Amino acid sequence: MPQHSVLERLEILADAAKYDASCASSGTVKRSSKGGKGIGSTEGMGICHAYAPDGRCISLLKILLTNHCVFDCHYCINRKSANTRRARFTPQEVVDLTLSFYRRNYIEGLFLSSGIVKSSSHTMEQLIEVARILREEHDFRGYIHLKTIPEADPELVGRAGLYADRVSINVELPTVAGLTRLAPDKSAPQIEGAMGQLKEAIVEARDARKRFRHAPKFAPAGQSTQMIVGADAATDADIVDRASTLYDRFGLRRVYYSAFSPIPDASAVLPLKRPPLMREHRLYQSDWLMRFYGYAPHEVQEAADSNGMLPLDIDPKLAWALRFRGDFPVDVNRAPREKLLRVPGLGVKAVNAIVTARRQRRLRLADVARLTVSLAKVRPFIVTEDWRPVMLTDRADLRSLVAPAARSQQLELFG
Amino acid sequence: MKPVCDTRLAQTFHVSLDRPDDFEGWRDAARGMIRAGVLPDRIVWETPADQRMDLFAQVSRHSPPPLPDAPPPRTSRNFLQLAQSVILHSDSERFSLLYRVLWRLQSHSRLMEDRADADVRLMEDLARQVRRDIHKMRAFVRFRCVENEDGEHYVAWFEPEHHILRANGGFFVRRFAAMRWSILTPRASLHWDGDTLHEGPPASRADAPSGDPVEALWRGYYAAIFNPSRLKVGAMLKEMPRRYWKNLPEAALIPELIAGAQAREAQMVQAGAQETGERPQSLEAIGAAILACRRCAIGCNGTRAVMGEGPETSALMIVGEQPGDIEEREGRPFLGPAGQVLRAHLERAGIPIGQTYVTNAVKHFKFENRGKQRLHHNPAAREIDTCRWWLDSERALVRPRLVLALGASAARGLLGRTVSVQQVRGAAHRLDDGSELWITTHPSYLLRLDGEGREAEEARFSDDLHKIASRLSELSKPAAGSHA
Repeated sequence: MPQHSVLERLEILADAAKYDASCASSGTVKRSSKGGKGIGSTEGMGICHAYAPDGRCISLLKILLTNHCVFDCHYCINRKSANTRRARFTPQEVVDLTLSFYRRNYIEGLFLSSGIVKSSSHTMEQLIEVARILREEHDFRGYIHLKTIPEADPELVGRAGLYADRVSINVELPTVAGLTRLAPDKSAPQIEGAMGQLKEAIVEARDARKRFRHAPKFAPAGQSTQMIVGADAATDADIVDRASTLYDRFGLRRVYYSAFSPIPDASAVLPLKRPPLMREHRLYQSDWLMRFYGYAPHEVQEAADSNGMLPLDIDPKLAWALRFRGDFPVDVNRAPREKLLRVPGLGVKAVNAIVTARRQRRLRLADVARLTVSLAKVRPFIVTEDWRPVMLTDRADLRSLVAPAARSQQLELFG
Repeated sequence: MKPVCDTRLAQTFHVSLDRPDDFEGWRDAARGMIRAGVLPDRIVWETPADQRMDLFAQVSRHSPPPLPDAPPPRTSRNFLQLAQSVILHSDSERFSLLYRVLWRLQSHSRLMEDRADADVRLMEDLARQVRRDIHKMRAFVRFRCVENEDGEHYVAWFEPEHHILRANGGFFVRRFAAMRWSILTPRASLHWDGDTLHEGPPASRADAPSGDPVEALWRGYYAAIFNPSRLKVGAMLKEMPRRYWKNLPEAALIPELIAGAQAREAQMVQAGAQETGERPQSLEAIGAAILACRRCAIGCNGTRAVMGEGPETSALMIVGEQPGDIEEREGRPFLGPAGQVLRAHLERAGIPIGQTYVTNAVKHFKFENRGKQRLHHNPAAREIDTCRWWLDSERALVRPRLVLALGASAARGLLGRTVSVQQVRGAAHRLDDGSELWITTHPSYLLRLDGEGREAEEARFSDDLHKIASRLSELSKPAAGSHA
């Protein structure tokens, strides 16, 4: 096999890693290299050091150790049967790349994943070795996210958490049927079993640290997962349901949704047409509704249409409000916080500002205007000192008044 | 009552601050002014950066004396916190705004909680812009490494929008404590020697190194991590506005990445192109369509596609691998030596071939030329997956209760994954449409063996077929009953 240069291999292995949506570098413990030892820091909030033209943040060096793989998952560019260029890095090469990028302030740390070579446990050992060299030999205090291989020895998964800030296992597809069809070598019970183990280890370590200050930290930024949207028949309602179960069962920090996108040398089993990127966006919005706005999963599902799909032209919060108009208008001067959070166009920050400001005086429409982006969107749903929507809330054509003006339809390239 | 002609109402006071981000200086002066009762519009604030002279004002550079019995100035923690960010803003009106809010706080102590108030809102907006600039500096500073006699020195050129350099120094110290680094900006510079942080004079771009070999790797990474199928230029510009691009080594690639993206996606889809339209509505239509199929390399090798054959109502469908030399010439499946073996075994097991639909996982013949012979070549997984669309179409029309896959290629065409035939043979597997799948070896495998090995395998093959025969009669019984 011809040996590629570091640049060529970096290109191959970054290209192979880009279908993992997560690039978060936030939510871990505070660390710094003050005192002159080691390198790096983490301060809670992650930093996006660059943005690619796909609008995604580049925070971490996100690569695979190798894109050789013994698995044959149809949606994956690295599957065994794909005709793609293969490459591998040694753990030391990944360490050197990470450090030279970090010193130049290109990245917050490393997100390392890998195709499965030899065996799952062998691959996992290699991933851990990279993290170990970084942490132990270079005293690296930046962020490390390790992808965990569910089929690997549980003892190895435990070691990964000692070096990494975040660990993740992808559930890959929202339904078990989808997984069986598209990822024939993977098994849903095994993936969930491994996620359960990670959860236990994280909770245990957190408990131990409450009692013993020097107990080792275990994945202080928690675990996350990713599912691919639009490669199987799952509806938005199915996905919302699955995500909320995952949050509950495994205490996940994040569920990432990745709209299936055409890959080079695609397997013939895949749908050829990608789902609209807006669908992915709407799922993230529904995720936010559950995590920050106090919506129960079934309430988010109520925003979906009869086929279980969220509308693409308006956000799920607005869709919910249009469906349950009886709950509106909401009086910004009187309503409890939970009610205000349901007003389309009012974000968490705006609601907090309203709640503090109204202790001072009664708010008028102009006051609300200063706190929101679009008054037109908010107006039909609120009552202020000087404003009452009267019939507006009940008008049949309300949707067209508050929905964003239909932009010229995004050109469907392959429609 | 104070006399109306109090000089404080007419006089304008000038306050000179040492630096544009001199919060302590502003706070001390503001305290004095409040205690002296100086109205907000009577103070002109100055820094070395923005020298302004109000020529027509009556200027006093002396601090006015405090009013007799003036209470100590009141403030709030919220205000002080926000003010420390606001003071870093480049807006020259920031000092007046802060003084005006401080003035109002004297009579309205909870003003800061009224976040809908125009002044408070303005303070919050300015503070937000400053915080964003601080954050963007942490993100977009790019060090370039130079080697000199003392070792490595990392130098960056950056152009912040606001006066944030000093406030941001701590972040870089905490992160790069063991490195020697300098950040140069048009207004000032910071130098860290591994021990102390020094401030230096304004710098120019020419003072910073012009390149770094690692940037080639970084650019390569940036281009490779970009997914051309999901172009979202607006989202990128929102977080990485153009004004930062000139100091980002990777940004030079953006125009060509965007230009190439649509072409790249189109190419990917083209390469994997598959008609996703309606499935053919009859076996004849499939037979006609596969003749023109060029979706994979085998389809393009000039051979004739071989359609399956048998009654459309068959309860059993047998799937082989691909047509061979004889089948391709005759245009019918299972005529060659392996086909003969299969037919003989079916007869012995009591499975009437006339009531069975036989077809292949791959419709074209893949071969290698060896002299005059066309030597059979296994289809690749990808080719089987591509051809699966046709096999699925046949299954949708024939709707067999039982499918028998001969060999690993046929199994893949039905399951979508590669299985070990020896492990999965002899038991039923359920397919998506509810039918049963049985898997056994391909008869050509038997032909390649001889002696005892062949006898043993023939026996197992025959055994599998007998099981299928009895399963087939079981399956047809209840169905027959329900029809009666």
